[in-house]
Formats: sequence, structure tokens, C-alpha cells
Amino acid sequence: MDLSFTPEQSAFRDEVRAWLRTAMPAHIREKAAIDAHFEHDEIMEWHRILHRKGWVAPHWPAEWGGPGLDVARRFILTEELELAGAPALSPFGLSMVGPLLMQFGTEAQKKRFLPKILAGEEVWCQGYSEPNAGSDLASLKLRAEPDGNGSYVLNGQKTWTTYAQHADWIFVLTRTDPNAKKQAGISFFLADMKTPGITVRPTLTIGGTPAFCDTFFENAVVPAENLVGPLNGGWTLAKALLGHERTGIAAVGLSTRAIRRVKRIAATTLERGRPLLEHPGFRARIARLEIELTALKMANYRAIVSAQEGHAPGPESSILKIRGSEILQQCFVLAMEVMGHDSLSWFNEAGVIPGLEQWVASSFNYTRATTIYGGSNEIQRNVIAKLILNLPSA
Amino acid sequence: MDFDLSPDQKLLESTAAAFIRKESPVTRMRALREDSVGWTPEFWKKMADLGWLGLAFPESAGGFGGSFVDVALVIEQLGAGLVPEPFIPSLLAGTAILRAGSPAQHERFLPSLIAGDTSLAFAYAERGSRFDPTWVESTATREGSDYVLRGEKVFVENGQAADAIVVSARTSGGPGDADGISLFVLERGAPGLRVTPVKTMDGRRAAMIGLDGVRVSEASRLGPEGGAAGVLDEIVDLGAAAACAEGVGVMRTVLQMTVDYLRTREQFGVKIGTFQALQHRAVDMFVRTELARSTSIMASIRVADPDPVERRTAISAAKVELAIAGRFVTQQAIQLHGGIGITDEHDVGLYFKRMHVLNVVFGDEEHHLARFSAQPSFTRGIETTAS
Ligand SMILES: Cc1cc2nc3c(=O)[nH]c(=O)nc-3n(C[C@H](O)[C@H](O)[C@H](O)COP(=O)(O)OP(=O)(O)OC[C@H]3O[C@@H](n4cnc5c(N)ncnc54)[C@H](O)[C@@H]3O)c2cc1C
Ligand SMILES: Cc1cc2nc3c(=O)[nH]c(=O)nc-3n(C[C@H](O)[C@H](O)[C@H](O)COP(=O)(O)OP(=O)(O)OC[C@H]3O[C@@H](n4cnc5c(N)ncnc54)[C@H](O)[C@@H]3O)c2cc1C
Repeated sequence: MDLSFTPEQSAFRDEVRAWLRTAMPAHIREKAAIDAHFEHDEIMEWHRILHRKGWVAPHWPAEWGGPGLDVARRFILTEELELAGAPALSPFGLSMVGPLLMQFGTEAQKKRFLPKILAGEEVWCQGYSEPNAGSDLASLKLRAEPDGNGSYVLNGQKTWTTYAQHADWIFVLTRTDPNAKKQAGISFFLADMKTPGITVRPTLTIGGTPAFCDTFFENAVVPAENLVGPLNGGWTLAKALLGHERTGIAAVGLSTRAIRRVKRIAATTLERGRPLLEHPGFRARIARLEIELTALKMANYRAIVSAQEGHAPGPESSILKIRGSEILQQCFVLAMEVMGHDSLSWFNEAGVIPGLEQWVASSFNYTRATTIYGGSNEIQRNVIAKLILNLPSA
Repeated sequence: MDFDLSPDQKLLESTAAAFIRKESPVTRMRALREDSVGWTPEFWKKMADLGWLGLAFPESAGGFGGSFVDVALVIEQLGAGLVPEPFIPSLLAGTAILRAGSPAQHERFLPSLIAGDTSLAFAYAERGSRFDPTWVESTATREGSDYVLRGEKVFVENGQAADAIVVSARTSGGPGDADGISLFVLERGAPGLRVTPVKTMDGRRAAMIGLDGVRVSEASRLGPEGGAAGVLDEIVDLGAAAACAEGVGVMRTVLQMTVDYLRTREQFGVKIGTFQALQHRAVDMFVRTELARSTSIMASIRVADPDPVERRTAISAAKVELAIAGRFVTQQAIQLHGGIGITDEHDVGLYFKRMHVLNVVFGDEEHHLARFSAQPSFTRGIETTAS
């Protein structure tokens, strides 16, 4: 066993750091320094910068424009990007539908979609959840019926579609055989958001930002060539895609950064004239959280090494999802506590609080979602109980 | 011991609950998030008409002579309905005037408050003070028979709208000294009183209060010069006890909301409330709420205790329990609602945010843990015979 990275891997980390020092435009760097929320345009600007460098899709094979990095380097790259506070790229194209098309798409589909995902020319969103199909995804109802002219007509509603208001394309799970048993009648379609009959309604989150939308389909016509995989065979794809969604779910870089921010705030917040960071009670709490994060980080490294040895990510990824989401939430709880009265401010309106890290309260609220989306933590625990611990069902 | 409410108290509680349900549903608070004041004089007047604003004040001051237990019953209902009117800040400032003020000051401020014609604010926290009320950097310097006040007070609840603000300022000594703190009551519009409204994370309003050389006469001082630390400590504890009562209202409401949701939401062809993992979570929410309620009752009773050690240990215990329970209960409430709980349009998030504010104001968990363990009572009973 060995905990160190190889000299080549460390050299790569240095290379990434050196590049990052100059690659971010000033306005993005300023926001990154205070962990501010990035607008869609800024995220896409950063997407194009990474694309020019060849690093936009570390996990894509060279054949489709990936940098051909091994698993460890991919991880290093991702971690460094997170640590630098770089805008998080939209995962729906790069991490979800892209890899899925590589696995299940036709040659024509790959050629049509993958280059545009890579270049950031087409932005995607994920149409899985419905008002009555959340954890129970297989009970989804959005219908796709053949119109007799080689196309399908979509009717129904998706919900919680993150950033659908910015998306050019959506991938949707649809019901194509209402008589088959739940999982058997589902198909996977790609739909152009400009299709007549598709409308989105953004919804505010408790973080104060319009992050997700309701997406409505009213007689929206989608050509048959946009079906991915076999008709009624969408459930296999759905599950494969969730596997892709869960990679990187540990968010170690984000939590590392969040703990640094807690320390930074604690270093400048005074209690009885002394920085809070010198307060033994707070030091112990920050240390405890950092140690829990260290445990997560090591578990993540183990998963990466295992992947490098060719093992597909299994139900163990649920461990990373459960702890990663909980630790990130705890980081923001602690940040809010360290901020004391300043944490009461909503976006530091009028700039009345000097130096206030104004996004903390918004993130504190929004990160309640990390234990819900991508398969809630209860569902992850069910997965571990069934698939790892082999416990019987009730 | 007796934990039963008297018939009068039961009536007060049920009347308040029914009134708030009818007259101030959460939709009202939601609409007021966009308002620059954040509450309405009409509703304030109705609260006065119900006798709530006079509850905490003795009959000699024009009030109804209720105990803090009575007051807490009302506050809990205000929490349950997320009522944004400045009940607690007015209660604190009013109590400071009652305890430390002269008959003339009583006459000037209390009857109009009790009638619902005015509202008050209480400003003690400063940028560097965190939760220590003796860490006062603001100064009040004597100039002839006047005082000139300089400094800044942060996140003053109702500072944006109050007709008068009770502020702490130092007439001698340095930050952290108990001696040398004085209280002043400053009227709205006083020259040099800079009021900067801020939106708080729970959708309400507060203000940063700048004291840019506010000149007041001696008649604005509450109580003896430099001797306010005791009253200040009591008033901050009163605020903490009030936050506990409001928090219990918040927890009870989200618990009910969550249980209702577990009973109706279907996934996997069943009500999600049939999943034992969620049943046990709901049970833990209930258990935590009951414990926080118990310490809140203790705080309501002890807040008037003449022994400061008894008072402080009870208040600190309740505030710590509130933080632990409140965080758990409101976090779980969102979790069990799934995606809908993350939307701004669902009420559960509003309660979650209010809970955070209640956990912070008048001392957070860390502060009260430290204060609890610093009381002489903490080491009582372990003395060895050796000394
Ligand atoms: C911020 C955010 C962004 C999202 N983005 C997207 C997106 O882009 N595209 C998309 O398709 N979806 C998205 N989602 C939806 C997300 O996947 C669902 O919210 C999630 O799967 C939970 O479904 P639900 O909200 O319907 O909750 P429900 O399934 O109704 O669950 C309610 C509660 O019951 C629990 N529960 C349910 N079943 C069980 C069980 N069997 N055992 C124990 N507990 C159970 C849940 O864990 C939860 O606590 C997003 C959600 C959020 C919050
Ligand atoms: C120190 C000690 C002293 C005792 N003294 C006495 C005595 O004087 N007289 C006497 O008659 N008995 C006594 N008992 C027995 C005691 O009452 C039983 O141990 C207890 O009722 C649990 O039963 P069990 O051991 O068969 O565990 P089980 O009932 O088999 O339970 C095993 C585990 O499963 C859990 N579980 C069971 N059912 C459910 C469910 N529906 N949902 C969720 N979880 C569940 C339990 O909580 C437990 O964690 C004693 C036990 C101990 C440990």
C-alpha cells in the first residue's frame, strides 16, 4: 500500500495549478475568490476556456476529444478545478448524456451530439423526475406515442429540471408501453428544447436562485432517430446514467474549499477581541469536520484506484454520495455558525457588512438539496442495505 | 411541580392559535418579504387589541400583568405562523424601559406601545461583540448635560421601523468590562442616528444602526450611568427565552407539516409514511421537539428567577437544546419533503430559515455551551474534602 501520488501524477498536479493561476479571467477569478454564484454565461465562458486547453472532459476517451488521462490524473484535474473555485460545468452533457451516448448511441447520434457537447455549443438538461415519480422513478408517466410518420409525440410533465431555462436539449425518460410492467415500458429520448410544445417554468429555490424548472410537453414531436437504445429498453440506460451521475458525487474539492472558507472567516471574526480560529471549541469542531472529510477523501481515493484497476463503480458509490452530501451540508452549517450575526444577512444587500462572504447563506439553504437529488440518501441507504449487506426486503 | 396551563392560559393559547391561523396565514408573511418595512401597523394594532402587547407589563404601567409563561404562549403561536410583527424586539426594549427607566420614561414609551400605536427595537450586538453583551465598543461621551453617542449596532430587529430604539453604549471602561455600560433610548429621526435597513435570510427586515454622534440629553438615559450590565444581561436572556418559545412553534409546525406529508405522498405505490426509516425519523423529530419544548418551559419560568445563576443555566440549556433540536427538526422536515422542500414556494423552507435566525440571535449554541459550563453551578457537588 502506498498513499503518495507518483512523481508523474504530482507533476501533473503542478501543471494544472500553474495553468489555473492565469487561466481564469479576472471577473471569474474575483467571484471564485469569494465562492460567489456563477451565472450561466460565466459557466459557459469557462467551459470554452477549458475546451481550448483540452481539459473540458477529463473522463472522455481521446476518440471523442477527451485528454486521454488515466483515472488518477482525471481525479487530480477535477480536484484542482474545484479547489480553485472554478465554475462547476453543467454535468448533464459532459458527465451524463455524453458518456451514455458513447455507450448506447448510434454512430450518427455520437457524431451529431458529442462534438457540440464538448465545445459547449449545446447545453443539456435532465428530464427524469416527474411530480409523481421522484424516488420511484419507474412510475414516470410522460407519454411518447408514434405519430405514424416516423416521429413520436410527447405529452406530460417533468419537474425539478435543473437549468432547463438555459438548455438547448433535454434527455427524457418516457413511457412508450403503458401496458408493460413499470420498468419495461420506458424509452430514452433526446429532445430539442425549441420543439413546439415544450415549455419551461423556472422555480425559485430556497437558496434564492432559479435553479430548477417544471418542463411541460404538449404534443411535442420528436423524430424517431432521437430514440437512444432500444424502444422500451430505456430503464437500462436510465440506471447506467445514474451511475455516471454518481461519479464525483463525493465533492471532496468543494468540501475542502468550504472548510478553508470556514477557517478564513473564523480567522477574521473576533470574539472578545480574539479571532474565533483561536477558540478551542471552534477549532475542535472544524478539526472534527476536516477529519471526517479526510476519511471521505481516502474512501474516494480507494474507489478511484479500484476503478483504475478496471472495476466498475458499484453500490459502493452510495457511500460516497451519503457522506459527501452530509459533509458538504455540515461545512455550511459550520460556516453559518462562525459568521454569527453576519449569517443573518441575505446577500449583503447594500453592501452594509464589510467583507461579508455573501453567498454562504444562500448555499447553506440550497445544500439541503445534496441529500435529496441524484437519488436521496434514504434511497442510497436502501441500495447499500440490499446490494451490499444483502438484507431481505420487508 | 405543575406543568398544566391555567384555564386563562389555555384560553390565551387557543385564541392566539386560532387568530393567527385566520388572520396571519404564512401567505401574509410571504407577501411581506417584498415590503420595505416587513410588517403592518394594522396587524400590530390587532395584536394590541387582543391584549398581547400589554401582557408583559404590570398594571401600574398600563399592562395586564401577565407572567413570561403567558407571553411565551403567544410567542410560540407567532412562531407557528411566522408572524413578522416586531413582538420580541418591542418586548425587550419595553422591558428595559420598565426595569431601568423612570416614571416619566414609562409614561413616554409604554402606553403607546401597549396600545399598538408604536413599536420598539433593542440594539445591543456590535460588529466585534459576537454574543457578549458586555463587549460594547460604542461610546456615550458626556458633553455638559448631554451625551454624544458613537458606534455601530448590527442586525437590530425592527430597527428599520421602530419609533424608539434602546441602545447600549459605554460611558466608561473598555470592551468586556461589566461596569461602565449605560442604556439609552433614542427616538426615531434623532440627528446622527443612521438607519440602514437590511434584508435578513428569513425574509424579514432588520437594520444596521449607526451612531454618528447622536446627541441626547440625560433624560434619554435609562437607569444609573454605567450600571446597565445587569439589566442588559436580563434582557438578552429574555430574548433568548423568547427565541426558544418561538422556535418551539416553528418545530411543532414543521413536524405536523411533515407528518401530514408522509401520510399523503405516494411513491412505490404506497404512502411514504409506511417506510420505517421515515417513521423513525418523524418520531425522532417529535422526541426532539418535545425536549426542546420542555427546556423552553423551564426557560420561561426561570427567566424571572432572581438568582442569576439559576436563570443563566436554564436559559443557556434551553438555547443549546433549541439549536440542536431546531436544526435537526427543520433539516429533516426539508429532507422528508424531497424536491418540493427545496422550492421557495413551499413553506417548509421559510421555517427552516427562521429557525437559523432563532438559533443565532441572543447567543448561538457555542456561546451558550460556554456560558452554561462557566456557571458556578457546573462544578457544584464535586468539591473534595481535601481543601
Ligand atoms: C436541487 C435539485 C435538483 C434536481 N435536479 C434534477 C434534474 O435536473 N433532473 C431530474 O430529473 N431530477 C432532478 N431532481 C429531482 C430529484 O432527483 C428528486 O427530488 C429525488 O429523486 C427525490 O424525489 P422527490 O423529490 O419526488 O421525493 P420523494 O421521492 O417523494 O421522497 C420524499 C422523501 O421520502 C424518502 N423516500 C422515498 N422513497 C423511500 C424509500 N423507499 N425508503 C425510504 N425513504 C424513501 C425520500 O428519501 C425523501 O426524503 C432535482 C432535485 C433537487 C432537489
Ligand atoms: C439486561 C437485560 C435484562 C433483561 N431482563 C428481563 C427480565 O427481567 N424479564 C424479561 O422477561 N425479559 C428481560 N429482558 C429481555 C428483554 O425484554 C428483551 O431482550 C427485549 O424485549 C428484546 O427482545 P429480544 O432480545 O428477543 O430482541 P428482538 O426482539 O429479536 O430484537 C432484536 C433487534 O430488532 C429490533 N426490532 C425488533 N422488532 C422490531 C420492529 N418491529 N421494528 C424495528 N426494530 C425491531 C429490536 O429493537 C432489537 O434491536 C432483559 C434483557 C436484557 C438485555
